[in-house]
Amino acid sequence: MRQHLRRETLVNAGLAVLLLAAPAIAAMAGEPFYVTLATRMAILALAAVGLNFVLGLGGLVSFGHAAFFGIGGYAAGILATHAFNQEPFPFGLSGTNQMLVIWLAALIASGIVALLIGLVSLRTSGVYFIMITLAFAQMIYYFAISWPAYGGEDGLSIYVRNAFPGVNTLDPLSFFLICYVLLMIVLAFFATLRNSRFGAALQAARQNPVRLASVGVEPFRIRLVAFVISGMITGLAGALFADLNRFVSPSMLSWHMSGELIVLIILGGTGRLFGPVAGAILYILFEYFLGGITERWQLFLGLILLAVVLFARGGLIGLLAGKVRHD
Amino acid sequence: MSTALIIEQTLNGLQFGVMLFLMAAGLTLIFGVMGLINLAHGSLYMVGAFACAVAAAATGSFWIGLAASLAAAAAAGALIEVTVIRKLYERDHLDQVLATFALILVFSEGTRWIFGSFPLYLNIPQLLGGVVTLPGGLPYPAYRLAIILVGLAVAVGLYLLISKTRLGMRIRAGESDREMIGALGVDIRTLYTVVFALGAALAGLAGALVGPLQSVQVGMGEPVLILAFVVIVIGGIGSIKGAFIGAILVGVIDTLGRFLLPLALGVFLDPSQAAGVGAALASMLIYVFMALVLAFRPTGLFAAGD
Repeated sequence: MRQHLRRETLVNAGLAVLLLAAPAIAAMAGEPFYVTLATRMAILALAAVGLNFVLGLGGLVSFGHAAFFGIGGYAAGILATHAFNQEPFPFGLSGTNQMLVIWLAALIASGIVALLIGLVSLRTSGVYFIMITLAFAQMIYYFAISWPAYGGEDGLSIYVRNAFPGVNTLDPLSFFLICYVLLMIVLAFFATLRNSRFGAALQAARQNPVRLASVGVEPFRIRLVAFVISGMITGLAGALFADLNRFVSPSMLSWHMSGELIVLIILGGTGRLFGPVAGAILYILFEYFLGGITERWQLFLGLILLAVVLFARGGLIGLLAGKVRHD
Repeated sequence: MSTALIIEQTLNGLQFGVMLFLMAAGLTLIFGVMGLINLAHGSLYMVGAFACAVAAAATGSFWIGLAASLAAAAAAGALIEVTVIRKLYERDHLDQVLATFALILVFSEGTRWIFGSFPLYLNIPQLLGGVVTLPGGLPYPAYRLAIILVGLAVAVGLYLLISKTRLGMRIRAGESDREMIGALGVDIRTLYTVVFALGAALAGLAGALVGPLQSVQVGMGEPVLILAFVVIVIGGIGSIKGAFIGAILVGVIDTLGRFLLPLALGVFLDPSQAAGVGAALASMLIYVFMALVLAFRPTGLFAAGD
């Protein structure tokens, strides 16, 4: 048991160092493309860590986290567009190109939407929950497509990457470091929360909601709080993703995105702290290498995914660090 | 705005509704009997549409295409049931979601590989190419009317199959106690394959019927799949009756919403703005309806387990 935990810690540290060292070396070698690749890994990992709160700890299969990812992205896109065009919002608010403000807006916007979606969907469970979260995300997707004010189907460009005090965000490595540090902070938050009373209650709500209720803790509230936190983190990742691509489009809201986030967690290892990180690294590498060999890489991704689900449960971290402890 | 227009839109809504029913019936049947959530159901819809388009182009007959679509979708369904789906019955929903999501990737890329990214076109069969005059003098496309009739016929057929035949008896028994029916000597594995293929054939039929109205292309099944989910969530997962009523409700509400909301908003907004806002709101309407249904009945209108 102890040895097992130590092995997982080593694997986690290895992944953290790998994700930091690879882009640093690439930047020194003058290969900004690989830095961008690593930035995508960090951002997708961050989004999946958000999902892992409900999926890994709470056992709630949300198939609608693209909603929060996209809302975070649109928060960044809309604020930056208003700042660029110097168009004020109603109520005397104005746009901004400051990442810190944008992040706050992304957190609040996705948190509010997560609260609303959670209030309805957490009343149900199992397959209902999967389908309802999917349906709500799809509702927001169609709304984004048919609402003409912010680009509709064509999406919204961010002309200049937003600014962070004291950092040149246009430098790929600096932007990567911003994303990386955020990822590490959120991972630390995840680890702390998992071991807190709240984390214990959330995991208990997965294992046995009736017993949890009988000791006086209402599973619904615990799950709702977790769902909101989860949506906020994925929303933050969405804001970063928009800044990385300098572009937001409804595809960030599409159900493929929701599916991809689940895939990341499973590839890495469900319920593991660094599962999403391992999954994001693997996924982007698959996409890069398979995509380099064949245009049809998604076909092979599908086959690999099938093999993982059917034969290799536990994901990459399960493979490297052994089976997950009993829970 | 005339009554004729409203009747026409309501019929369009019905047509959309019965098409959704063909999809939702298979999904809900598979969930009810095997407890499986099948995201790849939209891919079977796509398989049906492609098979119909290819066979119709090769033979010049839509009817042969229709038969081909049923055969191809049922065969594809049976194939994935035997190779993949069968291993998922004992797994949790997360594994089912992932594996069937993976199947979508395989089906979509595979189809794109074979047929390319360009849409195929299917013509409306000559027999149904015309216009039917409804009582009251209202003209309506014969083909759309035929879809409504086929959908209703399938609904009746399914009802008879499940309530009156031996196979239906086994399906109902499989829903309530799979160990017991196995112990009574029914080959459950074959039964499951048959149910899955039946659901797949219904999805394929839906795809083939819609083919002449839309273009046949990769990814066509996904929007329909998600609407079918909304339908069975509203109707109650596992209930065919719920799927039928849910499908008709969703079809009519969605179609009438898209037609009436921009008009209603036009009363107090200028026309171009009303069209945009109306379209955006109409696209959210059925989801709001779903949320309302769930707020009062968290397991849908006709939950099978109740």
